Amino acid sequence: MSTPDIMLEIKDLYVNYGGICAVQGVNLSIQRGSIVTLVGANGAGKSSIIRSIAGLNRQVTGDILFSRKQGDKPESILGLKPENMVRRGISLSPEGRRILPHLTVRENLLLGAYSRNDRAGIQRDMERVYELFPRLEERSWQKGGTLSGGEQQMLAVGRALMGQPDLIMLDEPSLGLAPLLVKEIFAIIERIHQTGVTVLLVEQNAYAALNVADYAYILEVGRIALEGTGKELLANPQVRAAYLGG
Amino acid sequence: MSLEMFFQHFFNALTLGSLYALIAIGYTMVYGVLRLINFAHGDILMVGAYFVFFGTFAFGWPWGVSAIAAVCGASLLGVLVERVAYRPLREAPRISALISAIAVSFFIESLAVVVFTGQPRPVLQPDWLISEWQWGRVHILKLTAFVPVMTAVLVAALLYILYRTKPGLAMRAISKDIETTRLMGVRVDNIIAFTFAVGSALAAASGIMWALRYPQVHPYMGIMPGLKAFVAAVVGGIGSVQGAVIGGVILGFVEIMSIAFFPELSGYRDAFAFIILVLVLVFKPTGLLGENLKEKI
Repeated sequence: MSTPDIMLEIKDLYVNYGGICAVQGVNLSIQRGSIVTLVGANGAGKSSIIRSIAGLNRQVTGDILFSRKQGDKPESILGLKPENMVRRGISLSPEGRRILPHLTVRENLLLGAYSRNDRAGIQRDMERVYELFPRLEERSWQKGGTLSGGEQQMLAVGRALMGQPDLIMLDEPSLGLAPLLVKEIFAIIERIHQTGVTVLLVEQNAYAALNVADYAYILEVGRIALEGTGKELLANPQVRAAYLGG
Repeated sequence: MSLEMFFQHFFNALTLGSLYALIAIGYTMVYGVLRLINFAHGDILMVGAYFVFFGTFAFGWPWGVSAIAAVCGASLLGVLVERVAYRPLREAPRISALISAIAVSFFIESLAVVVFTGQPRPVLQPDWLISEWQWGRVHILKLTAFVPVMTAVLVAALLYILYRTKPGLAMRAISKDIETTRLMGVRVDNIIAFTFAVGSALAAASGIMWALRYPQVHPYMGIMPGLKAFVAAVVGGIGSVQGAVIGGVILGFVEIMSIAFFPELSGYRDAFAFIILVLVLVFKPTGLLGENLKEKI
């Protein structure tokens, strides 16, 4: 690889929630085509960072630069409304899945494609999602609220894919899932990555996340404590002690 | 009661219920997207009826043209109210928006008194609506049939929008989770404005048909239908369009039939809606089709 091709760069990010500083001066960058993960305990600021990128946080200072396609000039996306992010190629699968329980699986997916008008493309992407998650196709006319936790997670990821993202952000996709399903979700993340989508993954399951990640940041109380490739951090004794159970 | 009389009452009840249903839909839709009871909704109905009065008498337009123009005008007014009185309060506590709604209601009524004067005005009734059908001894005013049919058409159109179009999908999504809906790329402010446009159009349609029955318009004509339609929306389960329709029809039947069977109670005509409201709030606070609400208005 020659010069690093940066898709997203966060500079000196501070996030405030009514006087509480959830993120305190974070710098990080995401290389195009990579899987980057943010690992840390509850309250370390992982979700705050991802939500700031998505435009969901108001009290944010610093800067977030994004370049959608290779060669695009990086532009600041800080302060843009969340509804514009998906139009710029950034999709978020939010923490807790946030499936719309009263809409069918199909409608949830169509909502993910709301910003698009290319009917044929939407249809093609829906088939792609169904191919990735055959369970969703079987249940396409079922209400989102009737799905199991694992199926809802698949739907949340599928819905994010329907926005045709170049950067997909997944907030705690393995939360509350059985070990077998966690494995399945991570396999899917790798498949999505292989199709050329850059992935930003927020996880408490440090072992699984570091295993798939090209690069990782470890957050502690709003600051980056450590960074490195997934392999480096997996081998790091500090990380092993704090996050991987020794 | 003779069978003929019963039919007469039945059609009257269906007509009144349809009018309540059309208004109730607006309450329930706005509640769905904003968790707000739009107290100005009844006044939109009044303005719609006045627009027809001006269309027919001031401009000399045919009734149909006036009615369509009035529906469009009321629809714009609804959007304007949302833009001026509710959107700036989106982040404010919910009670602020509620107070703003009450203020808008008083404002529109008072403005109507100033602009239109408080004097009731006559309404043009097109001949084809006030002629009668006759079966034996049952006389049915064509208007009495026109109202439920028109209501059915409008409700069908609304359900099509809600379940078959993108803005409809967005409306249904917003009612459950605004933040996630925005993440999906929905421009929520536009959808909320659209909701007000549709709800106000239906209220105006109801107000225009209401005015045909009485046949007059006055600045306070929207208050009682508005309140009763609000009751209908609560009875049906606020937030549910189907519930609003059912609630409206129930209210229409209770009001007409109780007086039909107990004429001595006719002085309490307006009380029935509110007795039902109390009963529903005591025994099934979420209404017939409503889901559990975590918070109260």
